[in-house]
Amino acid sequence: MMPRTALPLIAAALLAAPAYADEAKLARGKYLVTIAGCNDCHTPWKMGAQGPEPDMSRMLSGHPQDFALPPAPKPEGPWTVSAAVTNTAWAGPWGVSFTANLTPDRETGLGKWTQRNFTETIRTGRHMGRGRPILPPMPIPMYKHFTDADLEAIFTYLQSIPVVKNRVPEPLPPAK
Amino acid sequence: MRVLALLLRVLALLWLAGAAQATPPPPQHLDDTGLFEAGSSTAVRPENLAFAPQYELWSDGAAKRRWLYLPPGASIDASRPDAWEFPPGTKAWKEFSQGRRVETRLIERLPDGAWRFVAYVWNAEGTQAVLAPEAGIAALPVAGAPRGRYTIPSRSDCLACHEGAEVPLLGFSALQLARELERLAASGRLRNLPASLLASPPRIAAPSESARAALGYLHANCGHCHNHTGPLAATGLAFAQQAAAPQASAERTLHSLSSAGTSVDVVRRVRSSNPYVRMPPVGVSLIDAKNVALIESWIRHDLRLPLEPYP
Ligand code: HEC
Ligand code: HEC
Ligand code: HEC
Repeated sequence: MMPRTALPLIAAALLAAPAYADEAKLARGKYLVTIAGCNDCHTPWKMGAQGPEPDMSRMLSGHPQDFALPPAPKPEGPWTVSAAVTNTAWAGPWGVSFTANLTPDRETGLGKWTQRNFTETIRTGRHMGRGRPILPPMPIPMYKHFTDADLEAIFTYLQSIPVVKNRVPEPLPPAK
Repeated sequence: MRVLALLLRVLALLWLAGAAQATPPPPQHLDDTGLFEAGSSTAVRPENLAFAPQYELWSDGAAKRRWLYLPPGASIDASRPDAWEFPPGTKAWKEFSQGRRVETRLIERLPDGAWRFVAYVWNAEGTQAVLAPEAGIAALPVAGAPRGRYTIPSRSDCLACHEGAEVPLLGFSALQLARELERLAASGRLRNLPASLLASPPRIAAPSESARAALGYLHANCGHCHNHTGPLAATGLAFAQQAAAPQASAERTLHSLSSAGTSVDVVRRVRSSNPYVRMPPVGVSLIDAKNVALIESWIRHDLRLPLEPYP
């Protein structure tokens, strides 16, 4: 027989378990986002005392909407790709791509996305799993090997970060 | 008791494992899928039922033919009029021609209930079709196709369209086969269709024929991705029409078009030649000029929604 006093303890532990699981998932997500380099491209860079660094006040909010760029240099010779100073816009043979807003803003970020939308985006390389192709340099060919659990952790964390309203421009097709 | 339950569970697991193993890979040749009579690549077997949805998907002007096969004695359960339940063993083929036969696609319901999507590519002589690679073929040289190039979709592209709706078969439905329902039900292959739909075949709710055609076009070309139940539901565009709820589904479409800027965006996207903007985002490289004009005129004149400014 189990001592009666143990029952409430066990019940409490069982109730608390999901909370611990969520916390572990969040921590794992934060860790993966950090080491997989998402900030390198999705957080605009600014000039700091030590040189260029990600501007964490705009963490993961993508290419800044008010940063208008002149036409990209023509991709020529072995130098086929060029990047803007923010490291959020790239020109190459695919045209021009701008990094997406990964914050949970409902209109301009991933706020309306479901876990399924996110997982299918990374697995298929299509916007929300069924839209236009996701362009370079987003490392889809590598990231599609994340496990389902990792993609869940990453998405859980992304949905918890501060909202930044920033409407990233549409990509431009290659010049004809 | 407990031992018995355990034993049953073990047996069930073994049976499942067996069933999973029993699913052979897709045949290398279309000839071996059961579409044609033995030894022929043109004579379709009589048990494969030819069908045509009343609203078609635009596929760069390709001519298309479609067939459905149900295993002997099996039938479709139509209790949910907009989400028919197909028996394991169901097969559907769709053949695409651009000047000549280019591709035949196959969707199959496997014994375990899963759906499998494959494509077969015809040789230039039209004598044999071979299983396409899983990644598809980006630019197959085909003289009759737009710009001389034809795209075989990847299997993940099949899923982009076919797994966005409640049932993976998109053109074999109550709404799409409206006029055929009576014949199908009489054949015994379609069970439990509500009597009301037999008495009066389902019809899209619209005030005019051109409005009905516009809604039908959006249903067939957009509704499998943009509907209120699938993975894109939260984006708020609902273009699928329902046989069981014509009024409600048409209203949902009008509502989603009326929100700020959406009607402008719809027209901009269906007439765009920019592959990063164009809708649908897969399966199209040539603008469907006739139907784009239909959508544009319906939005401007019937719905009286402003279309300016678009670039
Ligand atoms: C080397 C640069 C780079 C890195 C590193 C990178 N991304 Fe991206 N990502 C991009 C670009 C560029 C786009 C936009 C592509 C486009 O518009 O087609 C993008 C798009 C996306 C999208 C699609 C958003 C949408 O609206 O369709 C998601 C989701 C995403 N990235 C998540 C991540 C995550 C999570 C990480 C880290 C695990 C990450 N990215 C790392 C460059 C990068
Ligand atoms: C294969 C799936 C698919 C099909 C088919 C499809 N779409 Fe889309 N559509 C998407 C996805 C995914 C998005 C998400 C946003 C994006 O890619 O810009 C989208 C976005 C849109 C948007 C912009 C919505 C927004 O919130 O910005 C419009 C408008 C649109 N689609 C209209 C259409 C129309 C009209 C059709 C049919 C002619 C169509 N779509 C067919 C997948 C599809
Ligand atoms: C752009 C979206 C889209 C893509 C991509 C797509 N399909 Fe379809 N498919 C449809 C629609 C919509 C219909 C029904 C309307 C029609 O046939 O005109 C259909 C019909 C079919 C049919 C006839 C049975 C049915 O569902 O009505 C088969 C078989 C089929 N598709 C197989 C495939 C396979 C296999 C692939 C991938 C190799 C594929 N399709 C890719 C949209 C798509």
